[in-house]
Amino acid sequence: MKASILRFVLKRIALGLLTLFVVSLLIFAVTQALPADPAEAILGREATPEALAELRAEFGLDKPIVAQYTNWLTGVLSGDLGTSYATSTPIGEYIGPRVSASFFLLLIAAVGSIPLSIVIGANAALRRDHKFDTTSSLVSLILAAMPEFVVGTILTIIFSTTIWQLLPAVTYLEVGAPPWSDVKGLTLPVLTLLISVTPYVSRVMRAAMVEVLESDYIEMARLKGMNERTVLWRHAMPNAVGPAFQVIALNLAYLAGGVIIVERLFNFPGIGSALADAVRSRDLPVIQFLALIIAGVYVLTNLLADVGTVLVTPRLRTRLK
Amino acid sequence: MSSASGLRIIDLRLNVAATGNDIVDGVNLTIKKGRVLGLVGESGSGKTTVGLAVLSHARRGVEVAHGQIFCGDTEVLGLDAEAKRKIRGELVSYVPQDPASSLNPALRIGLQLIEVLEAHDFGGSHEARKARIKEMMTEVLLPGDDEYLERYPHQLSGGQQQRVGLAMAFACRPSVIVLDEPTTGLDVSTQEHVLKTIRQLTRDHGVAALYITHDLAVIADLADDVAVMYSGRVVEQGEVAEIFKNPAHPYTRHLVAAAPDIAGKKAIIGLAGRAQSPGKRPVGCAFAPRCELVEDACRVEFPAMVSVSTRHDAACIKATQVASVIVSSAKPESTRKIGEPVIEVSAVSAGYSGDTVVHDVSLTIRKGECLALVGESGSGKTTVSRAIGGLHREWTGSIRLNGRELKTMARQRAVADRLAIQYVFQNPYGSLNPRRTVGDSIVRPLVIDGKSKDDARRAVLEVLDKVSLPGSYANKYPDQLSGGERQRIAIARALVSEPEVLVCDEVTSALDVLVQAAIVDLLSDLRRQLGLAMLFVTHNLPLVRSIADEVAVMSEGRIVEVGPSESVIGNPQQQYTQSLILATPSIERSMR
Repeated sequence: MKASILRFVLKRIALGLLTLFVVSLLIFAVTQALPADPAEAILGREATPEALAELRAEFGLDKPIVAQYTNWLTGVLSGDLGTSYATSTPIGEYIGPRVSASFFLLLIAAVGSIPLSIVIGANAALRRDHKFDTTSSLVSLILAAMPEFVVGTILTIIFSTTIWQLLPAVTYLEVGAPPWSDVKGLTLPVLTLLISVTPYVSRVMRAAMVEVLESDYIEMARLKGMNERTVLWRHAMPNAVGPAFQVIALNLAYLAGGVIIVERLFNFPGIGSALADAVRSRDLPVIQFLALIIAGVYVLTNLLADVGTVLVTPRLRTRLK
Repeated sequence: MSSASGLRIIDLRLNVAATGNDIVDGVNLTIKKGRVLGLVGESGSGKTTVGLAVLSHARRGVEVAHGQIFCGDTEVLGLDAEAKRKIRGELVSYVPQDPASSLNPALRIGLQLIEVLEAHDFGGSHEARKARIKEMMTEVLLPGDDEYLERYPHQLSGGQQQRVGLAMAFACRPSVIVLDEPTTGLDVSTQEHVLKTIRQLTRDHGVAALYITHDLAVIADLADDVAVMYSGRVVEQGEVAEIFKNPAHPYTRHLVAAAPDIAGKKAIIGLAGRAQSPGKRPVGCAFAPRCELVEDACRVEFPAMVSVSTRHDAACIKATQVASVIVSSAKPESTRKIGEPVIEVSAVSAGYSGDTVVHDVSLTIRKGECLALVGESGSGKTTVSRAIGGLHREWTGSIRLNGRELKTMARQRAVADRLAIQYVFQNPYGSLNPRRTVGDSIVRPLVIDGKSKDDARRAVLEVLDKVSLPGSYANKYPDQLSGGERQRIAIARALVSEPEVLVCDEVTSALDVLVQAAIVDLLSDLRRQLGLAMLFVTHNLPLVRSIADEVAVMSEGRIVEVGPSESVIGNPQQQYTQSLILATPSIERSMR
């Protein structure tokens, strides 16, 4: 039983790695094979052909594309991520702290939004068509319809500029400093992410819960004298979270991309702002690595969701061999 | 009140909460301890609503208007929420219709059993509760060891799931139990075991049992008393033998006449019309619009219960005369012309992704003949019929239509061959496109065939007439029709391409008995008039006697017995057939 689950997880991890490999091919093809010339981007239009050729040789851009890819891949696999073109610093040093800052942001948003959406969704389903349900449905629909930058801007207007001056409109976080050292600066970005994910997930949770609450086994649980708490937590919840896991995973993965805009908005020193800078300066090694990281988040969250769904669904779990 | 009375329902009425229209009204029932009362009626008659009210539960949108229900000495409808929770499972328990969907798929059965005991503080200690569960599992003939209790519902068969449901219901030693069609969907041999267990447990523990079903034969077999519901009212009640031998309400009389019986050849008779939903029911007796004995007084107010004999009441102003007036006689038995073989199946084996589930099946269906293919679920009968219809991919052997070899799949077959074999599906709710008028659905094969619009329209009216529906039905959508009407449309759709062979796959199993009888009657007429060869796939053995000339009994993918239906059902030669027939409940056998 336990071994079968382990085997399933290992198989999914192998599949995830394969996905990442394919993604790395695509990323490399799209960034490196494009005609845009990083050397020209760095040296400007006035640069002499000799200077350009010298820089290209330094970056290894004069080698055949396949060699460039294998160089890059072996580098990534051995921990040597290369050097940023724009800042001339090693990528590990340049990106590392930003990645951990962004992950911290993501983690707080996830830890906050998952239980929040489950509670809101479950309560809306329990009080179907009553005040809590209609209000939360309306509010979540409005919030879900707004893009993150609008939510972020409105929050800024309310909490830091026009109405109250409680919180800073931008994060003053030194690169490399732990993100929790600026709690005030962290509040608005986290809140923005929370508001952009929670409505959607809670609606999905509500739908899953409504379906479960209408089922025969819930009626049966009530008819054999279970109290409402047991009905909700023991009988309904395990059957409702399975489908919700998939949606939560997709949303977290989406956050990894959505975080770019939010970080930009609040000047948060994470992967989002690093990626935006790198794109502007055609800093290929940075773009490639960040794209790989975001793809990794997608693969990881989906893997967690699939494993989670299997773990809470006996019918799927017992089918594993 | 006397201690002999287990359950008393007094003047119960439940409404549709939104409109105040009655779903059930004026229900009075008494069940003594240790006795089983069968509550019969067609779908929508309100039997489940009454059953749930006994547990002081009303589904979404339903409310108790008035009435009292005593379980033992406790009136349950007036209890507050916490008190209701306490009596459920302890004083009165419930066995649901579909065990597969009523057991929580995410929880182990051991937990689902023990939590009932915990919720009612039964047994005092965890050990005592575990011991009680073991005891219950033994009583319902299941292993009670820890390995078994750690299984999830999907790891049990349907019959085992229903026994777990029974163990759960009897666990706290309730004095009243409501069983809502607990054997519908189970195979007859499984049903026999479950019924035996129910009978044993109710007798041994002195439980008053309300057994809800649409199957009269099960009632005859199991119950002591019976109450018949129609349109939310109890129209007749009394001792089982009394009511089956001498039904005093015209509706009951029709029900009994429409029920096929394994123990005797009987032409089953249907009845036109249908019961109306709450809010549309007529004033007075709801059965009046369908009743042959109707007179003006019937339409004024609901007739009072009159005593027919000491243990038998009926709500009909002509209760004492009914027996002499309605004579349920069948149409004269016509001679059927059976002709040349139309379908010849020889040595067909079929399977799913490599697993063979049908082994070496050979059958012949002649012109004008109805062959019934019977068997329990999983016996392979539907797979055979799908192979004939060209709906199954994996089969070997030979199927010939009028001597011509047929290709495997319908789409490889010639147009004429495709039109010649038509399929009618089990579920009339799923087999008609809800976004098309029934006329459009019927005309579809003709359009594909390239007929002109006028020709097609004429053909639609013609087939609607054949299935006894007015031409105006062509413009209706499926959701405007009743189950029986939909099945007629499905048959019309099959008939429009003028087939030689009609494959009917469990076509009556979703229908009530009166509707079933009418559909069977229609199919017999069509077979006679059009000389159709018919393959009638069913798990319903009693029905075979009423419709089929020949019967083939399947078990585990093989045909175990084949022959004229009269001799196979009346005098089976194979042990498997014998055991099937013995396990099938029968009114006639029970009344002997």
